[in-house]
Amino acid sequence: MAEENGADFEQPASFAFDAESRAELDRHIAKYPTGKQASAVLPALYIVQRQMKRDTGSAWVPRAAMDEVARLLGMPPIRVYEVATFYTMFALRPIGTWHLQVCTTTPCWLRGSDDVTAACRKFTGIAGWGETSADGVFTMTEVECLGACVNAPVVQVNDDLYEDLDAERTTGLLEALKRGEPPKPGSMTGRQTSAPEGGPTTLTTLDNLGPPNPEPATPAE
Amino acid sequence: MLSDKDRIFTNLYGQHDWRLAGARARGDWDNTAALLARGRDAIVDEIKASGLRGRGGAGFPTGMKWSFMPKVSDGRPHYLIVNADESEPGTCKDRDIMRHDPHKLVEGCLLASFAMGAHAAYIYIRGEFYNEAVNLQHAIDEAYEAGLIGKNACGSGWDCDVYLHRGAGAYICGEETGLLESLEGKKGMPRLKPPFPAAVGSTVNNVESISVTPTIMRRGASWFEALGRPKNSGTKVFCISGHVNKPCNVEEELGIPLKELIDTYAGGVRGGWDNLLAVIPGGASVPLLPKSICDTVLMDFDSLREVRSGLGTAAVIVMDKSTDLIRAIARLSQFYKHESCGQCTPCREGTGWMMRVMYRMVQGRAEPEEIDILDQVTRQVEGHTICALGDAAAWPIQGLIRHFKPLMLERIAEYKAKHGRPVLPMAAE
Repeated sequence: MAEENGADFEQPASFAFDAESRAELDRHIAKYPTGKQASAVLPALYIVQRQMKRDTGSAWVPRAAMDEVARLLGMPPIRVYEVATFYTMFALRPIGTWHLQVCTTTPCWLRGSDDVTAACRKFTGIAGWGETSADGVFTMTEVECLGACVNAPVVQVNDDLYEDLDAERTTGLLEALKRGEPPKPGSMTGRQTSAPEGGPTTLTTLDNLGPPNPEPATPAE
Repeated sequence: MLSDKDRIFTNLYGQHDWRLAGARARGDWDNTAALLARGRDAIVDEIKASGLRGRGGAGFPTGMKWSFMPKVSDGRPHYLIVNADESEPGTCKDRDIMRHDPHKLVEGCLLASFAMGAHAAYIYIRGEFYNEAVNLQHAIDEAYEAGLIGKNACGSGWDCDVYLHRGAGAYICGEETGLLESLEGKKGMPRLKPPFPAAVGSTVNNVESISVTPTIMRRGASWFEALGRPKNSGTKVFCISGHVNKPCNVEEELGIPLKELIDTYAGGVRGGWDNLLAVIPGGASVPLLPKSICDTVLMDFDSLREVRSGLGTAAVIVMDKSTDLIRAIARLSQFYKHESCGQCTPCREGTGWMMRVMYRMVQGRAEPEEIDILDQVTRQVEGHTICALGDAAAWPIQGLIRHFKPLMLERIAEYKAKHGRPVLPMAAE
């Protein structure tokens, strides 16, 4: 997501990693060989984005934070700017509370991503891609294939994928988000992950496959 | 038809515990030390004998790739790199492996690292798979805690670290050298080859390729080799999306007829088989196939190459007769334009040009001879770039022109009839 010229938002003058972020960054730096700490630039930018979310409610990466990442990792600042602008998952301007990342690539389009897009526009009042609703609750971005094609169409909201959508289910999802009550991620029809609708037709004859699936792991980041 | 007892991914749909206890119940980490005790060469030989071909798209023999790693280190460390940057449109199989069967991948990392003399494995997972990364990291942590990886992994005397690294939204990082650049903290711009990564100590393998190796080692190369067809052995996770009644992932034998795959597992084509228009059989990069070929084609590397397409990632995108096929392919051109890293001129300029012409073709706002010009341009991009993204952008358009040129001509004629004047000569705009 490229930063626009003549930006209509304010860049903070400085950015400092808080204790939680700093500890997290050190855990990542430790994964790479000595002297190769630049490998931690993607994790570092994610950590910035999360701290901004905690501090300001908007998950984005200010310029001052890129400079701080460069300093901490011993990289020229331009190398960090290059990375931050090359990868699409870093927002370089403030975004809404809920980042609606609507997949419109062919597999989702075949299953009705146009309807999902229209429902998002209607509910949020957002006209163009990359824009934020007037109330600051939603930002809508067009994204390329999210890798959940047998559950198309899909929308990623912040970190979570919502699948098997249509116009009605999309509107229901947006209503819940607006209330601050995000539903459980995954299929919105209640289907078992990537199994065919109606339940698995394979893996039905085996015993001893272990206990039932527990709740998902708690995020470490 | 593959029977359940021959399926490798027995928790594909995540009905069962994906953590260590569940994984052990399904046979993972069962006396891994004994597998390692067979020695480095024995593991490489077993994988070679199994006929396993890379599951990430190119289909290169996995065992052979492993054998390219220098036997004696020149002082620089060896690395196993696992490509979990699953981004090929239509493909969502590695996602299921990582969220529902992550221990198969972690155990595979240990076996493969040991077989290649690597003490560290990096798994590069696409950034959008946040929850999948959380599960996989949990599995890695469990394996460390249980002594299965880390120092003296499984009591084998071999040290093996496994690290997870999240990407951040760039398809090009699924290209192996783009991935390595990204892992080093740079833009994901592919490198010129040679040197090939394996020749200098880093082997890049797909998630599914690595995850099937523990089962191959346990059940034997001959079991795996007997499944599928000659030179196309084993099982494969297929992703069936688009206009089918019940889209799904399913593990089946390579070589299953496409029609049987769709009818048996995905509830058939919407409106029946005769309502089928075309199928993209292996992810967005491979040329589409018209129904006449879909009627009989087998789903394996060589059968699909014979019909000038490819197995790719085995992502089957089904399109029925209601589909605007030109728009479906134009949207893929938009995808490649968006994902081009911009390094090579033919790809950077060509993907945008092809997309713009394709969207004119959707309207029919073109001259008939422009179809041939478009075809020519795809051939000027194909093979003239550092990595295969240029090829991947060219092939879907070539497939469309090869099989559906009359449809494109018809669209142009309709536009002319409606607007009643010739289209002015134009570049791509």
